[in-house]
Amino acid sequence: MMHAIKEVWTPLAVTPLLWLAITLFAYLIGKWIQKVCHDSPVANPVLIAIVLVAVLLMATGTPYDQYFAGAQFIHFLLGPATVALAIPLALNAVHIRRSLRGVGLALLAGSVTTTVSGVAVVWMLGGGRSVALSMAPKSVTTPIAIAVAQEVGGVPALTAALAIAGGIFAAVIGQAVLRWLRVDDWRAHGLAAGVAGSGVAAAQVAPLNGLAAAFAAIGIGLNGLLTALIVPLLAYLWPVG
Amino acid sequence: MSMPAAFAVLIGAQLLGEVMQRVLHLPLPGPVIGMFLLAVALLIPCKSWVARRDNEVSALEQASSSLIANMGLLFIPAGVGIVTELAVLKRDWLPILMGLLVSTVLGLVVTGLVMHHITRRAAHPDAEASVLNPGGSL
Repeated sequence: MMHAIKEVWTPLAVTPLLWLAITLFAYLIGKWIQKVCHDSPVANPVLIAIVLVAVLLMATGTPYDQYFAGAQFIHFLLGPATVALAIPLALNAVHIRRSLRGVGLALLAGSVTTTVSGVAVVWMLGGGRSVALSMAPKSVTTPIAIAVAQEVGGVPALTAALAIAGGIFAAVIGQAVLRWLRVDDWRAHGLAAGVAGSGVAAAQVAPLNGLAAAFAAIGIGLNGLLTALIVPLLAYLWPVG
Repeated sequence: MSMPAAFAVLIGAQLLGEVMQRVLHLPLPGPVIGMFLLAVALLIPCKSWVARRDNEVSALEQASSSLIANMGLLFIPAGVGIVTELAVLKRDWLPILMGLLVSTVLGLVVTGLVMHHITRRAAHPDAEASVLNPGGSL
């Protein structure tokens, strides 16, 4: 039996098809688990899928490069997906224009605070430069975060994991924390979710209110742009070595 | 606009972004430049690309919302790369965990508070409507 499995597995494991299929199935399993858990943000389908695939890679002794040779076809779509964020941004432009000062200042303050505090805490607790620079872009939507990390010498895989984990954390605590601070404006809730927790947290507030959904989309798009400008500046101010 | 044309717009904007990054030596990733260019284009000269006709959503909006809705799938390959970073996680778990928690809470609180207080002070007629929105649970 083991021999038969090996005979099928070994040639398939080096083709792109197997790892492409496994990535898709892992995502579907993650989606299914999330549904069973009543859409709880803790049961994040991407996190579940990453753990499933990672465990499979380690169990079969497959090197990551071999996996990525197949999965790169999915990875490639991150570029067009990032560009696609332009559409909700353009469709919600009327909201940006109407509260330009609020959106601009809140975005700038939130973006700088998240980026700088992330880098500062990692540095204070003895983390290295590459870890700190992987932390810096983690609040923006994952495809942009990955691209920025690559750009400044962070570790893209670590950034991806941090972006997802941070998004889950923001989704879980966001509403409670803001309500405790007596923030009762849907635009503020939406924008904060988009800026601090990108897509994961936005998915949490978007169904509650249309205005919150619009401002979450604005937060994701504009914060992506702003963070992509701030992080290279931070990296430049912190020379290697 | 047809579905292939919608994808051509997205890929074309990305390509333009990558070209601009290389030519102008911009520190921004190509797709982010592409996103910015497309958003600006959609605001004025290409407004009709995303216009809704008879409540029907444009192909470009359809293509983009299906990409955005399933974005999670797209970053699994990059996320799995964490298997090559387990040593870093093991060594630096404390700064990583604390940095993540502190920066996420601060970002959330600062963005929410600033937005809340500025929009309230502006006392825009729209502000009342959004606070009292009957559809919400706040």
